[in-house]
Amino acid sequence: MIGVTTPALRISGLHFAYPDGREALRGVDLSLAPGERVALLGPNGAGKTTLVLHLNGILHGGPGRVEISGMPVTPGDRAAIAEIRRRVGIVFQDPDDQLFMPTVAEDVAFGPANLGVRGTELDDRVSEALAAVGMSEHRDQVPHHLSFGQRRRVAVATVLAMRPEILVLDEPSSNLDPASRRELAEILESLPVTVLMVTHDLPYALELCPRSVIIDDGRLVADGSTVTLLADRELMASHRLELPFGFDPVAAMTALAARRKNP
Amino acid sequence: MSAGHAHPLHLERDSPIHRLSPEVKIVAVVLFTVIVVVTPRTEFAAFGGYALLIAGVAVLARVPALWLAKRATIELPFVLLAVALPLAGQGERVDWLGLSLSVDGLYGAWNIFAKGTLGVLASLLLAATTTMRDLVLGLDRLHCPPVFTQIMTFMLRYIDVLADDARRMRIARLSRGYDPRFLWQVKAFAVGVGALFLRSYERGERVYLAMLSRGYTGRLPQITGGPAPGRDWALSAVLPVAAAGIAVAGLLLT
Repeated sequence: MIGVTTPALRISGLHFAYPDGREALRGVDLSLAPGERVALLGPNGAGKTTLVLHLNGILHGGPGRVEISGMPVTPGDRAAIAEIRRRVGIVFQDPDDQLFMPTVAEDVAFGPANLGVRGTELDDRVSEALAAVGMSEHRDQVPHHLSFGQRRRVAVATVLAMRPEILVLDEPSSNLDPASRRELAEILESLPVTVLMVTHDLPYALELCPRSVIIDDGRLVADGSTVTLLADRELMASHRLELPFGFDPVAAMTALAARRKNP
Repeated sequence: MSAGHAHPLHLERDSPIHRLSPEVKIVAVVLFTVIVVVTPRTEFAAFGGYALLIAGVAVLARVPALWLAKRATIELPFVLLAVALPLAGQGERVDWLGLSLSVDGLYGAWNIFAKGTLGVLASLLLAATTTMRDLVLGLDRLHCPPVFTQIMTFMLRYIDVLADDARRMRIARLSRGYDPRFLWQVKAFAVGVGALFLRSYERGERVYLAMLSRGYTGRLPQITGGPAPGRDWALSAVLPVAAAGIAVAGLLLT
Protein backbone atom coordinates (compact mmCIF):
# COMPACT_ATOMS: atom_id res chain seq x y z
CA MET A 1 0.00 0.00 0.00
CA ILE A 2 2.63 2.50 1.10
CA GLY A 3 4.44 3.87 -1.90
CA VAL A 4 1.35 3.48 -4.05
CA THR A 5 -0.89 6.12 -2.45
CA THR A 6 0.33 9.72 -2.26
CA PRO A 7 1.02 10.67 1.35
CA ALA A 8 -1.37 13.29 2.80
CA LEU A 9 1.66 15.10 4.12
CA ARG A 10 5.30 14.71 3.25
CA ILE A 11 8.05 16.80 4.79
CA SER A 12 11.63 16.24 3.73
CA GLY A 13 14.79 17.85 5.07
CA LEU A 14 12.99 20.87 6.48
CA HIS A 15 15.17 23.51 8.15
CA PHE A 16 14.17 26.85 9.57
CA ALA A 17 15.93 29.59 11.49
CA TYR A 18 14.21 32.67 12.94
CA PRO A 19 15.59 36.08 11.90
CA ASP A 20 17.43 36.35 15.23
CA GLY A 21 19.45 33.28 14.21
CA ARG A 22 17.73 30.80 16.53
CA GLU A 23 17.46 27.49 14.70
CA ALA A 24 13.99 26.08 15.23
CA LEU A 25 14.01 23.19 12.74
CA ARG A 26 17.14 21.25 11.85
CA GLY A 27 16.13 18.76 9.22
CA VAL A 28 12.65 17.31 9.75
CA ASP A 29 11.39 14.34 7.70
CA LEU A 30 7.83 13.19 8.21
CA SER A 31 5.22 11.41 6.12
CA LEU A 32 1.53 10.91 6.94
CA ALA A 33 -0.71 8.45 5.07
CA PRO A 34 -4.22 9.65 4.19
CA GLY A 35 -6.66 9.12 7.06
CA GLU A 36 -3.90 8.61 9.62
CA ARG A 37 -4.10 10.28 13.05
CA VAL A 38 -0.68 11.21 14.36
CA ALA A 39 0.33 13.00 17.55
CA LEU A 40 3.25 15.42 17.48
CA LEU A 41 4.83 15.38 20.92
CA GLY A 42 7.68 17.35 22.35
CA PRO A 43 8.71 19.69 25.16
CA ASN A 44 8.10 23.44 25.08
CA GLY A 45 10.31 25.18 22.55
CA ALA A 46 11.01 21.98 20.60
CA GLY A 47 9.78 23.50 17.32
CA LYS A 48 6.25 22.07 17.22
CA THR A 49 4.47 25.33 16.40
CA THR A 50 7.19 26.32 13.93
CA LEU A 51 6.67 23.04 12.13
CA VAL A 52 2.90 23.51 12.08
CA LEU A 53 3.19 26.99 10.56
CA HIS A 54 5.27 25.50 7.75
CA LEU A 55 2.47 23.18 6.72
CA ASN A 56 0.45 25.98 5.12
CA GLY A 57 3.33 28.20 4.10
CA ILE A 58 2.99 30.90 6.76
CA LEU A 59 6.59 30.29 7.74
CA HIS A 60 9.05 29.45 4.98
CA GLY A 61 12.47 30.31 3.72
CA GLY A 62 14.68 27.49 4.97
CA PRO A 63 15.89 24.52 2.92
CA GLY A 64 13.60 21.52 2.65
CA ARG A 65 10.28 20.64 1.12
CA VAL A 66 6.68 20.29 2.29
CA GLU A 67 4.05 18.53 0.18
CA ILE A 68 0.33 18.27 0.90
CA SER A 69 -1.21 15.34 -1.01
CA GLY A 70 1.57 15.65 -3.53
CA MET A 71 1.25 19.42 -3.96
CA PRO A 72 4.38 21.33 -2.92
CA VAL A 73 4.00 24.34 -0.61
CA THR A 74 5.36 27.21 -2.72
CA PRO A 75 5.03 30.45 -0.74
CA GLY A 76 5.50 32.73 -3.76
CA ASP A 77 2.58 31.35 -5.76
CA ARG A 78 -0.67 32.92 -4.53
CA ALA A 79 -3.05 30.50 -6.24
CA ALA A 80 -1.09 27.48 -5.04
CA ILE A 81 -0.88 28.79 -1.49
CA ALA A 82 -4.64 29.40 -1.45
CA GLU A 83 -5.18 25.74 -2.37
CA ILE A 84 -2.64 24.64 0.26
CA ARG A 85 -4.48 26.65 2.92
CA ARG A 86 -7.69 24.93 1.90
CA ARG A 87 -6.08 21.51 2.20
CA VAL A 88 -4.43 22.20 5.55
CA GLY A 89 -6.81 23.29 8.29
CA ILE A 90 -5.06 24.59 11.38
CA VAL A 91 -6.99 24.89 14.63
CA PHE A 92 -5.06 27.22 16.89
CA GLN A 93 -4.74 26.85 20.62
CA ASP A 94 -6.73 29.89 21.70
CA PRO A 95 -10.17 29.87 20.07
CA ASP A 96 -10.41 33.64 20.66
CA ASP A 97 -7.60 34.04 18.16
CA GLN A 98 -9.43 31.98 15.62
CA LEU A 99 -12.97 33.26 16.06
CA PHE A 100 -12.95 36.91 15.14
CA MET A 101 -16.22 37.48 13.31
CA PRO A 102 -19.27 38.83 15.14
CA THR A 103 -21.30 35.61 14.92
CA VAL A 104 -20.51 31.90 14.88
CA ALA A 105 -22.03 31.35 11.42
CA GLU A 106 -20.14 34.27 9.88
CA ASP A 107 -16.92 32.97 11.33
CA VAL A 108 -17.45 29.48 9.96
CA ALA A 109 -18.27 31.06 6.59
CA PHE A 110 -15.07 33.12 6.53
CA GLY A 111 -12.78 30.35 5.28
CA PRO A 112 -14.97 28.97 2.47
CA ALA A 113 -15.95 32.52 1.43
CA ASN A 114 -12.26 33.27 1.00
CA LEU A 115 -12.19 30.28 -1.34
CA GLY A 116 -14.95 31.88 -3.40
CA VAL A 117 -17.87 29.77 -2.14
CA ARG A 118 -21.11 31.80 -2.09
CA GLY A 119 -24.86 31.55 -1.69
CA THR A 120 -26.61 28.32 -0.75
CA GLU A 121 -23.45 26.24 -1.06
CA LEU A 122 -21.84 28.47 1.57
CA ASP A 123 -24.86 28.02 3.82
CA ASP A 124 -24.67 24.26 3.35
CA ARG A 125 -21.01 24.21 4.26
CA VAL A 126 -21.62 26.25 7.40
CA SER A 127 -24.51 24.01 8.49
CA GLU A 128 -22.54 20.86 7.72
CA ALA A 129 -19.45 22.00 9.64
CA LEU A 130 -21.48 23.16 12.65
CA ALA A 131 -23.44 19.91 12.64
CA ALA A 132 -20.18 17.91 12.60
CA VAL A 133 -19.13 19.52 15.90
CA GLY A 134 -22.63 19.57 17.38
CA MET A 135 -22.96 23.35 17.46
CA SER A 136 -25.81 23.86 14.98
CA GLU A 137 -28.12 25.55 17.47
CA HIS A 138 -25.50 28.20 18.30
CA ARG A 139 -24.99 29.49 14.76
CA ASP A 140 -26.24 33.02 15.39
CA GLN A 141 -24.58 33.50 18.74
CA VAL A 142 -21.64 35.74 19.56
CA PRO A 143 -18.49 33.61 20.00
CA HIS A 144 -17.70 35.44 23.21
CA HIS A 145 -20.88 34.18 24.84
CA LEU A 146 -20.04 30.50 24.30
CA SER A 147 -18.21 28.34 26.82
CA PHE A 148 -14.54 27.62 26.20
CA GLY A 149 -15.26 24.06 25.08
CA GLN A 150 -17.94 25.29 22.67
CA ARG A 151 -15.57 27.89 21.24
CA ARG A 152 -12.94 25.20 20.68
CA ARG A 153 -15.53 23.14 18.80
CA VAL A 154 -16.56 26.13 16.68
CA ALA A 155 -12.87 26.71 15.92
CA VAL A 156 -12.73 23.14 14.59
CA ALA A 157 -15.86 23.85 12.53
CA THR A 158 -14.32 26.99 10.98
CA VAL A 159 -11.62 24.77 9.56
CA LEU A 160 -13.89 21.84 8.62
CA ALA A 161 -16.00 24.22 6.51
CA MET A 162 -13.03 24.48 4.15
CA ARG A 163 -13.14 20.68 3.67
CA PRO A 164 -9.47 20.19 4.52
CA GLU A 165 -7.50 17.09 3.71
CA ILE A 166 -5.41 17.36 6.81
CA LEU A 167 -6.54 18.77 10.12
CA VAL A 168 -3.81 20.21 12.32
CA LEU A 169 -4.71 20.81 15.95
CA ASP A 170 -2.55 22.83 18.31
CA GLU A 171 -3.15 21.61 21.87
CA PRO A 172 -6.78 20.60 21.25
CA SER A 173 -7.41 19.49 24.84
CA SER A 174 -5.84 22.45 26.67
CA ASN A 175 -8.12 24.26 29.12
CA LEU A 176 -11.00 21.87 28.49
CA ASP A 177 -12.91 20.23 31.30
CA PRO A 178 -12.97 16.40 31.15
CA ALA A 179 -16.45 16.27 29.58
CA SER A 180 -15.56 18.78 26.84
CA ARG A 181 -12.30 16.92 26.34
CA ARG A 182 -14.14 13.65 25.78
CA GLU A 183 -16.74 15.29 23.50
CA LEU A 184 -13.97 16.77 21.37
CA ALA A 185 -12.27 13.37 21.17
CA GLU A 186 -15.52 11.81 19.93
CA ILE A 187 -15.86 14.53 17.29
CA LEU A 188 -12.26 14.11 16.14
CA GLU A 189 -12.63 10.33 15.94
CA SER A 190 -15.73 10.69 13.76
CA LEU A 191 -14.01 12.92 11.17
CA PRO A 192 -12.75 11.20 8.03
CA VAL A 193 -9.63 13.36 7.65
CA THR A 194 -5.94 13.03 8.30
CA VAL A 195 -5.12 14.51 11.70
CA LEU A 196 -1.87 15.90 13.03
CA MET A 197 -2.28 16.77 16.68
CA VAL A 198 0.25 18.82 18.63
CA THR A 199 -0.19 18.06 22.31
CA HIS A 200 1.28 17.79 25.78
CA ASP A 201 -1.70 15.71 26.83
CA LEU A 202 -0.16 12.25 26.44
CA PRO A 203 -3.22 10.21 27.49
CA TYR A 204 -5.19 12.15 24.85
CA ALA A 205 -2.58 11.30 22.24
CA LEU A 206 -2.79 7.65 23.23
CA GLU A 207 -6.57 7.64 23.01
CA LEU A 208 -6.82 9.34 19.62
CA CYS A 209 -3.62 8.68 17.70
CA PRO A 210 -2.28 5.17 16.94
CA ARG A 211 1.01 6.76 15.85
CA SER A 212 3.15 9.46 17.44
CA VAL A 213 6.30 11.36 16.59
CA ILE A 214 8.51 13.15 19.09
CA ILE A 215 10.25 16.36 18.13
CA ASP A 216 13.01 17.86 20.24
CA ASP A 217 15.48 20.62 19.50
CA GLY A 218 14.25 20.93 15.91
CA ARG A 219 14.65 17.26 15.01
CA LEU A 220 12.31 14.27 14.93
CA VAL A 221 13.78 11.94 17.52
CA ALA A 222 11.21 9.16 17.55
CA ASP A 223 8.43 7.85 15.32
CA GLY A 224 6.34 4.84 16.19
CA SER A 225 3.19 3.49 17.76
CA THR A 226 2.02 5.78 20.54
CA VAL A 227 1.82 3.06 23.17
CA THR A 228 5.40 1.91 22.46
CA LEU A 229 6.78 5.44 22.66
CA LEU A 230 4.90 6.32 25.84
CA ALA A 231 5.99 3.07 27.51
CA ASP A 232 9.67 3.77 26.76
CA ARG A 233 10.63 5.51 30.00
CA GLU A 234 14.16 6.29 28.95
CA LEU A 235 13.11 7.93 25.68
CA MET A 236 10.38 9.90 27.41
CA ALA A 237 12.62 11.15 30.20
CA SER A 238 15.37 12.25 27.83
CA HIS A 239 12.93 14.57 26.03
CA ARG A 240 11.21 16.07 29.05
CA LEU A 241 8.01 14.13 28.42
CA GLU A 242 6.16 12.92 31.49
CA LEU A 243 3.00 10.91 31.88
CA PRO A 244 0.44 11.99 34.48
CA PHE A 245 1.01 10.42 37.89
CA GLY A 246 -0.18 6.83 38.01
CA PHE A 247 -0.90 6.57 34.28
CA ASP A 248 0.15 3.27 32.69
CA PRO A 249 0.01 3.50 28.89
CA VAL A 250 -0.04 -0.27 28.33
CA ALA A 251 -2.91 -0.82 30.76
CA ALA A 252 -4.77 2.15 29.28
CA MET A 253 -4.30 0.78 25.79
CA THR A 254 -5.68 -2.62 26.84
CA ALA A 255 -8.72 -0.93 28.38
CA LEU A 256 -9.17 1.16 25.24
CA ALA A 257 -9.00 -1.92 23.01
CA ALA A 258 -11.57 -3.68 25.18
CA ARG A 259 -13.88 -0.64 25.01
CA ARG A 260 -13.57 -0.48 21.24
CA LYS A 261 -14.39 -4.21 20.93
CA ASN A 262 -17.68 -4.02 22.88
CA PRO A 263 -18.62 -0.39 23.46
CA MET B 1 -28.19 38.53 14.31
CA SER B 2 -29.05 41.24 16.77
CA ALA B 3 -28.76 39.12 19.90
CA GLY B 4 -25.65 39.96 21.83
CA HIS B 5 -24.74 42.96 19.75
CA ALA B 6 -26.77 45.32 21.81
CA HIS B 7 -24.86 48.38 22.92
CA PRO B 8 -26.00 50.71 25.69
CA LEU B 9 -27.65 53.01 23.13
CA HIS B 10 -29.59 50.25 21.41
CA LEU B 11 -33.24 49.59 22.21
CA GLU B 12 -34.45 46.15 21.23
CA ARG B 13 -37.89 46.67 19.68
CA ASP B 14 -39.81 45.48 16.70
CA SER B 15 -40.81 48.49 14.62
CA PRO B 16 -40.82 49.55 10.98
CA ILE B 17 -37.77 51.72 11.72
CA HIS B 18 -35.87 48.82 13.30
CA ARG B 19 -36.57 46.72 10.23
CA LEU B 20 -35.17 49.26 7.75
CA SER B 21 -31.80 48.43 6.20
CA PRO B 22 -29.00 50.12 8.13
CA GLU B 23 -27.49 52.00 5.20
CA VAL B 24 -30.71 53.88 4.37
CA LYS B 25 -31.03 54.97 8.00
CA ILE B 26 -27.44 56.22 8.08
CA VAL B 27 -27.95 58.23 4.90
CA ALA B 28 -31.25 59.66 6.16
CA VAL B 29 -29.73 60.78 9.48
CA VAL B 30 -26.69 62.36 7.80
CA LEU B 31 -28.85 64.27 5.28
CA PHE B 32 -31.27 65.36 7.99
CA THR B 33 -28.42 66.68 10.15
CA VAL B 34 -26.90 68.57 7.22
CA ILE B 35 -30.25 70.24 6.47
CA VAL B 36 -30.67 71.18 10.13
CA VAL B 37 -27.19 72.66 10.29
CA VAL B 38 -27.53 74.79 7.13
CA THR B 39 -30.93 76.21 8.17
CA PRO B 40 -30.49 79.88 9.20
CA ARG B 41 -30.78 80.22 12.97
CA THR B 42 -33.65 82.71 12.79
CA GLU B 43 -36.02 80.21 11.13
CA PHE B 44 -37.68 79.30 14.43
CA ALA B 45 -40.70 77.67 12.82
CA ALA B 46 -38.46 75.39 10.72
CA PHE B 47 -36.74 74.09 13.87
CA GLY B 48 -40.16 73.41 15.37
CA GLY B 49 -40.97 71.40 12.25
CA TYR B 50 -37.76 69.39 12.55
CA ALA B 51 -38.55 68.62 16.18
CA LEU B 52 -41.98 67.35 15.12
CA LEU B 53 -40.34 65.12 12.47
CA ILE B 54 -37.98 63.64 15.08
CA ALA B 55 -40.89 63.10 17.45
CA GLY B 56 -42.75 61.33 14.65
CA VAL B 57 -39.82 58.98 13.97
CA ALA B 58 -39.47 58.28 17.71
CA VAL B 59 -43.15 57.30 17.89
CA LEU B 60 -42.82 55.06 14.82
CA ALA B 61 -39.70 53.43 16.28
CA ARG B 62 -41.46 53.00 19.64
CA VAL B 63 -38.63 54.73 21.49
CA PRO B 64 -39.94 56.35 24.73
CA ALA B 65 -39.36 60.08 25.12
CA LEU B 66 -37.82 59.69 28.57
CA TRP B 67 -35.32 57.12 27.28
CA LEU B 68 -34.24 59.58 24.57
CA ALA B 69 -34.12 62.53 26.97
CA LYS B 70 -31.84 60.68 29.41
CA ARG B 71 -29.34 59.79 26.69
CA ALA B 72 -29.53 63.24 25.13
CA THR B 73 -27.81 64.61 28.24
CA ILE B 74 -24.56 63.81 26.45
CA GLU B 75 -24.85 67.24 24.82
CA LEU B 76 -24.89 69.04 28.19
CA PRO B 77 -21.24 70.18 28.06
CA PHE B 78 -21.96 71.93 24.75
CA VAL B 79 -25.15 73.49 26.07
CA LEU B 80 -23.18 74.87 29.03
CA LEU B 81 -20.96 76.64 26.54
CA ALA B 82 -24.08 78.00 24.86
CA VAL B 83 -25.34 79.41 28.18
CA ALA B 84 -22.18 81.47 28.50
CA LEU B 85 -22.61 83.08 25.08
CA PRO B 86 -25.42 85.59 25.88
CA LEU B 87 -23.51 86.78 28.96
CA ALA B 88 -20.19 87.17 27.21
CA GLY B 89 -21.44 88.24 23.76
CA GLN B 90 -20.76 91.58 22.09
CA GLY B 91 -23.04 94.20 20.47
CA GLU B 92 -26.66 95.15 21.12
CA ARG B 93 -27.92 94.11 24.56
CA VAL B 94 -31.30 93.51 26.17
CA ASP B 95 -32.22 93.45 29.85
CA TRP B 96 -33.88 90.36 31.22
CA LEU B 97 -34.50 89.75 34.93
CA GLY B 98 -31.82 92.28 35.71
CA LEU B 99 -29.28 90.52 33.49
CA SER B 100 -27.78 92.36 30.56
CA LEU B 101 -27.75 89.85 27.67
CA SER B 102 -26.22 90.17 24.24
CA VAL B 103 -28.78 89.73 21.45
CA ASP B 104 -26.18 88.21 19.18
CA GLY B 105 -25.13 85.90 22.00
CA LEU B 106 -28.74 84.81 22.52
CA TYR B 107 -29.04 83.90 18.86
CA GLY B 108 -25.72 82.04 19.08
CA ALA B 109 -26.88 80.09 22.12
CA TRP B 110 -30.16 79.19 20.43
CA ASN B 111 -28.26 78.12 17.35
CA ILE B 112 -26.04 75.70 19.28
CA PHE B 113 -28.85 74.42 21.45
CA ALA B 114 -31.41 73.82 18.69
CA LYS B 115 -29.08 72.30 16.11
CA GLY B 116 -27.13 70.30 18.69
CA THR B 117 -30.26 68.81 20.23
CA LEU B 118 -31.78 67.88 16.86
CA GLY B 119 -28.52 66.27 15.72
CA VAL B 120 -28.10 64.32 18.95
CA LEU B 121 -31.71 63.13 18.89
CA ALA B 122 -31.42 61.96 15.27
CA SER B 123 -28.20 60.06 16.04
CA LEU B 124 -29.73 58.55 19.17
CA LEU B 125 -32.70 57.32 17.14
CA LEU B 126 -30.32 55.75 14.63
CA ALA B 127 -28.40 54.05 17.44
CA ALA B 128 -31.58 52.96 19.20
CA THR B 129 -32.92 51.24 16.11
CA THR B 130 -29.72 49.73 14.68
CA THR B 131 -27.34 47.20 16.23
CA MET B 132 -23.60 47.81 16.10
CA ARG B 133 -23.23 44.93 13.69
CA ASP B 134 -25.80 46.43 11.32
CA LEU B 135 -24.20 49.87 11.55
CA VAL B 136 -20.89 48.40 10.38
CA LEU B 137 -22.68 46.46 7.62
CA GLY B 138 -24.48 49.64 6.54
CA LEU B 139 -21.24 51.63 6.38
CA ASP B 140 -19.68 48.82 4.40
CA ARG B 141 -22.51 48.85 1.86
CA LEU B 142 -22.17 52.63 1.60
CA HIS B 143 -18.60 51.97 0.38
CA CYS B 144 -16.96 53.26 3.51
CA PRO B 145 -13.25 52.31 3.07
CA PRO B 146 -12.90 48.63 4.07
CA VAL B 147 -10.05 49.45 6.44
CA PHE B 148 -12.47 51.37 8.66
CA THR B 149 -15.23 48.77 8.57
CA GLN B 150 -12.73 45.98 9.25
CA ILE B 151 -11.33 47.87 12.23
CA MET B 152 -14.87 48.32 13.52
CA THR B 153 -15.70 44.65 12.97
CA PHE B 154 -12.66 43.62 14.98
CA MET B 155 -13.41 46.13 17.69
CA LEU B 156 -16.92 44.73 17.91
CA ARG B 157 -15.58 41.21 18.34
CA TYR B 158 -12.68 41.88 20.68
CA ILE B 159 -13.96 44.67 22.90
CA ASP B 160 -15.53 42.08 25.23
CA VAL B 161 -12.41 39.90 25.17
CA LEU B 162 -10.31 42.95 26.06
CA ALA B 163 -12.69 43.99 28.81
CA ASP B 164 -12.50 40.45 30.18
CA ASP B 165 -8.71 40.54 30.08
CA ALA B 166 -8.73 43.86 31.90
CA ARG B 167 -11.20 42.55 34.47
CA ARG B 168 -9.12 39.42 35.15
CA MET B 169 -5.97 41.50 35.53
CA ARG B 170 -7.78 43.80 37.93
CA ILE B 171 -9.04 40.87 40.02
CA ALA B 172 -5.51 39.44 40.08
CA ARG B 173 -4.19 42.82 41.28
CA LEU B 174 -6.86 43.11 43.94
CA SER B 175 -6.17 39.55 45.10
CA ARG B 176 -2.64 40.59 45.89
CA GLY B 177 -3.77 43.40 48.12
CA TYR B 178 -3.74 46.24 45.60
CA ASP B 179 -6.07 48.94 46.82
CA PRO B 180 -5.17 52.28 45.27
CA ARG B 181 -6.28 55.29 47.29
CA PHE B 182 -3.82 57.92 46.21
CA LEU B 183 -2.54 59.10 42.89
CA TRP B 184 0.99 57.78 43.45
CA GLN B 185 -0.43 54.29 43.87
CA VAL B 186 -1.72 54.31 40.33
CA LYS B 187 1.51 52.89 38.93
CA ALA B 188 0.34 49.27 38.99
CA PHE B 189 -2.75 50.30 37.06
CA ALA B 190 -0.68 52.13 34.46
CA VAL B 191 1.62 49.13 34.08
CA GLY B 192 -1.49 46.98 33.73
CA VAL B 193 -2.69 49.14 30.85
CA GLY B 194 0.69 48.68 29.18
CA ALA B 195 0.53 44.92 29.67
CA LEU B 196 -2.98 44.90 28.24
CA PHE B 197 -1.73 46.76 25.19
CA LEU B 198 1.07 44.22 24.66
CA ARG B 199 -1.33 41.32 25.08
CA SER B 200 -3.71 42.83 22.54
CA TYR B 201 -0.87 43.46 20.14
CA GLU B 202 0.28 39.85 20.37
CA ARG B 203 -3.27 38.63 20.05
CA GLY B 204 -3.61 40.75 16.91
CA GLU B 205 -0.68 38.88 15.41
CA ARG B 206 -2.12 35.49 16.31
CA VAL B 207 -5.53 36.44 14.91
CA TYR B 208 -3.86 37.52 11.69
CA LEU B 209 -1.99 34.20 11.40
CA ALA B 210 -5.22 32.31 11.98
CA MET B 211 -6.91 34.41 9.27
CA LEU B 212 -4.08 33.79 6.81
CA SER B 213 -4.42 30.08 7.50
CA ARG B 214 -8.00 30.28 6.33
CA GLY B 215 -7.13 31.97 3.06
CA TYR B 216 -7.44 35.67 4.03
CA THR B 217 -6.09 37.87 1.25
CA GLY B 218 -6.67 41.36 2.64
CA ARG B 219 -10.41 41.68 2.07
CA LEU B 220 -13.19 40.34 4.21
CA PRO B 221 -15.55 38.37 1.97
CA GLN B 222 -18.95 39.99 1.39
CA ILE B 223 -21.53 37.39 2.22
CA THR B 224 -24.31 38.79 4.34
CA GLY B 225 -27.42 39.92 2.53
CA GLY B 226 -27.89 42.10 -0.51
CA PRO B 227 -28.30 45.85 -0.85
CA ALA B 228 -31.33 47.59 0.64
CA PRO B 229 -34.61 47.28 -1.32
CA GLY B 230 -35.96 50.41 -3.01
CA ARG B 231 -38.89 50.45 -0.59
CA ASP B 232 -36.46 51.04 2.32
CA TRP B 233 -34.78 53.89 0.47
CA ALA B 234 -38.15 55.48 -0.31
CA LEU B 235 -39.39 55.14 3.27
CA SER B 236 -36.26 56.57 4.87
CA ALA B 237 -36.09 59.40 2.31
CA VAL B 238 -39.24 60.80 3.92
CA LEU B 239 -37.23 62.25 6.82
CA PRO B 240 -34.64 64.31 4.88
CA VAL B 241 -37.15 65.26 2.16
CA ALA B 242 -39.66 66.52 4.72
CA ALA B 243 -36.87 68.41 6.51
CA ALA B 244 -35.74 69.96 3.24
CA GLY B 245 -39.35 70.90 2.50
CA ILE B 246 -39.65 72.64 5.85
CA ALA B 247 -36.38 74.49 5.30
CA VAL B 248 -37.37 75.69 1.82
CA ALA B 249 -40.86 76.66 2.95
CA GLY B 250 -39.40 78.59 5.86
CA LEU B 251 -37.02 80.50 3.58
CA LEU B 252 -39.74 81.29 1.02
CA LEU B 253 -42.32 82.43 3.54
CA THR B 254 -40.06 84.90 5.33
